[in-house]
Amino acid sequence: MHKEIRLSGTGGQGLILAGIILAEAAVHDGREVIETQSYGPEARGGASRAEVIIADEAIDYPKVGVADVVLVMSQEACNRYAAQVKPGGLVVVDETNVKSVPDVAGARVVRLPITDIARHEVGRQVTANMVALGALVGIAGLATPEAAERAVRERVPKGTEELNLKAFRLGMELAMERARERARERARERVREASDAT
Amino acid sequence: MAMPVSYYLRTSKMPHIWCAGCGHGIVLGAVLRAIDSLGLDKDQVCVVSGIGCASRAPGYLDFNTLHTTHGRAIAFATGIKMVKPEMKVIVLTGDGDAAAIGGNHLIHAARRNIGIATVCFNNSIYGMTNGQYSPMTPTGSYASTAPYGNIEEPFDLCDLVYAAGASYVARGSAYHAILLWKLIAKAIATDGFSFVEAITQCPTYYGRRNKMRSAVEMLKWQKEHGVTVAGAAKMPAEDLAGKFRIGELGARTRPEYTRRYAAIIDAAQRGEGGERDA
Amino acid sequence: MPSKAGARLMQGNEACAEGAMAAGLRFFAGYPITPSTEIAEELALLLPKAGGKFIQMEDEIASISAIIGASLAGAKAMTATSGPGFSLKQEGIGFASYTEVPCVIVNVQRVGPSTGVPTAPAQGDVMQARWGTHGDHPIVVLCPSSVAETFALIIEAFNISERWRMPVVFLMDEVVAHMREKVTVPDVSQIAVAERPRPQVSPEQYLPYAAGEDLVPPMADYGTGYRYHVTGLTHDQTGFPTTKRIEVDALTRRLDAKMRMAAPHVTFVDEILVDDAEVVVFAYGITARAASRAVRDARAQGLKAGLIKAKTLWPFPDEHVRKAAERARAIVVPEMNMGQLVREVERAAAGRARVVGLSRVDAEPITPDEILARLREV
Repeated sequence: MHKEIRLSGTGGQGLILAGIILAEAAVHDGREVIETQSYGPEARGGASRAEVIIADEAIDYPKVGVADVVLVMSQEACNRYAAQVKPGGLVVVDETNVKSVPDVAGARVVRLPITDIARHEVGRQVTANMVALGALVGIAGLATPEAAERAVRERVPKGTEELNLKAFRLGMELAMERARERARERARERVREASDAT
Repeated sequence: MAMPVSYYLRTSKMPHIWCAGCGHGIVLGAVLRAIDSLGLDKDQVCVVSGIGCASRAPGYLDFNTLHTTHGRAIAFATGIKMVKPEMKVIVLTGDGDAAAIGGNHLIHAARRNIGIATVCFNNSIYGMTNGQYSPMTPTGSYASTAPYGNIEEPFDLCDLVYAAGASYVARGSAYHAILLWKLIAKAIATDGFSFVEAITQCPTYYGRRNKMRSAVEMLKWQKEHGVTVAGAAKMPAEDLAGKFRIGELGARTRPEYTRRYAAIIDAAQRGEGGERDA
Repeated sequence: MPSKAGARLMQGNEACAEGAMAAGLRFFAGYPITPSTEIAEELALLLPKAGGKFIQMEDEIASISAIIGASLAGAKAMTATSGPGFSLKQEGIGFASYTEVPCVIVNVQRVGPSTGVPTAPAQGDVMQARWGTHGDHPIVVLCPSSVAETFALIIEAFNISERWRMPVVFLMDEVVAHMREKVTVPDVSQIAVAERPRPQVSPEQYLPYAAGEDLVPPMADYGTGYRYHVTGLTHDQTGFPTTKRIEVDALTRRLDAKMRMAAPHVTFVDEILVDDAEVVVFAYGITARAASRAVRDARAQGLKAGLIKAKTLWPFPDEHVRKAAERARAIVVPEMNMGQLVREVERAAAGRARVVGLSRVDAEPITPDEILARLREV
């Protein structure tokens, strides 16, 4: 395994913490990992990003160029980073904040109401980062759910563990549901194809 | 216990570098009498200095001694006091060292109220570099870098240090030598930051340029211009112009810094506090 | 008191703080500055738990001064800063160097000169680390290229500083300082920790700057009965000032000879695929990570490339460069500056191989592709 992941959005969405938790989950899984992030005033407003590389072998160069997995949580981040994805890669879009996605030929785009779920189902918009993390783990298998949950528990502020885990699990479920929908759609497509052929 | 002053001196390092008529020897004598009157163990006294004539003093003293960089003595002393709070840490400094290049360290040590006793040998001039004006040179005085007369106003160092938070401030002079050693003894005994300004004479570079050609004339000037705190209280303000107050100028009880830090260690080791935000 | 053994995700600055604690750090003084501040924040939390002391001083100069005082009082001491702060600390580094007071100075390099780009990496302080303070003096400068290496190498920095009684500069960069990687913290019993040599004679017989065969004078802590003098003036073996030419000469020559004696014990260099290499990259810090990838990619394309990764920048690892230059046709030196260590490489290679620099100064790290392209050119 060698996956390069970019989490992007605006300052205050908690993407740096999400990146750290993802990286820590990879350590719990026994993998090699590097996490880097944007620093300075931009981390407190404006564009924000965290980059994580998870691999089975030692990682030499720490910077992410064109990524395997991209999360975009704002329109600006989407415009800037969505297309920087490898063919066959994955772009996860928070459709609450992103209305238009540029053409990302060759990559799969998954639109999820990440911030809506945080706001309405978890009840706290600030947990959108954990919903997103759950979705990434669910869709892309970047970490085992056990390692990710342990990392969430260890890294979020004391007293907010259950709230954040709830958000993380809702994100996972959302991803699973989409995966099931996709499987059903594919099955329907196959049936259609089969019936067209006959 | 009353040991002779020579008990505290590295007499093998004599003769000292100070000029004939310099007041620094009198001030140093007052420091040693103060230490003696407190009965301090030489091994537990650390004397730290910066750069300048006064800062050469520690080399002649039989304690743990440290001659540092210009202006930084109090910062070096802070490290020593933090690691060894049980030691008596004394800084010997000059007016340029303490009030100009080291001014920031002086006010911040006072603000923290760390247990360091500072004695500032104020001779109103940079003697080591041959007589440039300092932040303590009186307005109108002459110096090698003030050939037309000094247009700057000097600090009242004692007021400055007290306002910054010191537990104890006092002023004496080479002329008022016995008062000086009593003030220094109180300063060293203070549990907190303490500061004594010792007015002293530099006949070589200050006196010569300012119509006081001999040490005797300069000591007479100290005698005539030094006013006790009690005396000053009874004098009208205009009579105090050009004079300096001597004696205890401020004393109060505030928590000492290394004691406060010891409480931090206790709390940390009990597992209290030290929360980190996410 | 290191944190508990095992694998953990750590930031570079955090690993620096944790490694320092494992090495026995008991006093830290610092001043906030990006991108090194997390070191101070971490130590403010960790030191009191171990009975150590932390203080945020009023400025950078006060910080280095305080750690020298603390070290004289017997504590292992460190300060951490970045570019502008490193400039301010130079006088103190000279004092520690001349008075042989062990201490560690961390400088997380950022774009400069002046305020530069505080949040972006550079490698512009390599020569300043060597020659920043005035006067002729030797110094050890170590430079990690990963978070795990930061943890291990800061322990070496303390060990060298204590063992040889000298300030050690720990030269990080913004990328290594801020990135997070897996660090496997060893069990405390597996960490070798050195102590400064302390006097074996009575206070009456103690000469604070009289050195034995290893040229390192034993050092007494203040407050332990050895009442001695320390001065930044040129001093003889008694510790007192001197202007005698023979003594002035002797002190500078002893400090230089001490470094020569220490050199084999303080030189850490990793050689990767150098033995049969036709082209070699000499790299350090974050740039060594890109170089490692470039060498791998070059080999995959059939080009016999190798890497000399210097973890000790000063004393300069002449011998490694000389040997590589005998076999390789060219040495490429990528640096995030306009060419600083490339000149040392040229000197050590002494014409045996072509030496080619590669500079990047736009606040971004050098990429593997840039190094690979240069390897293919030479």
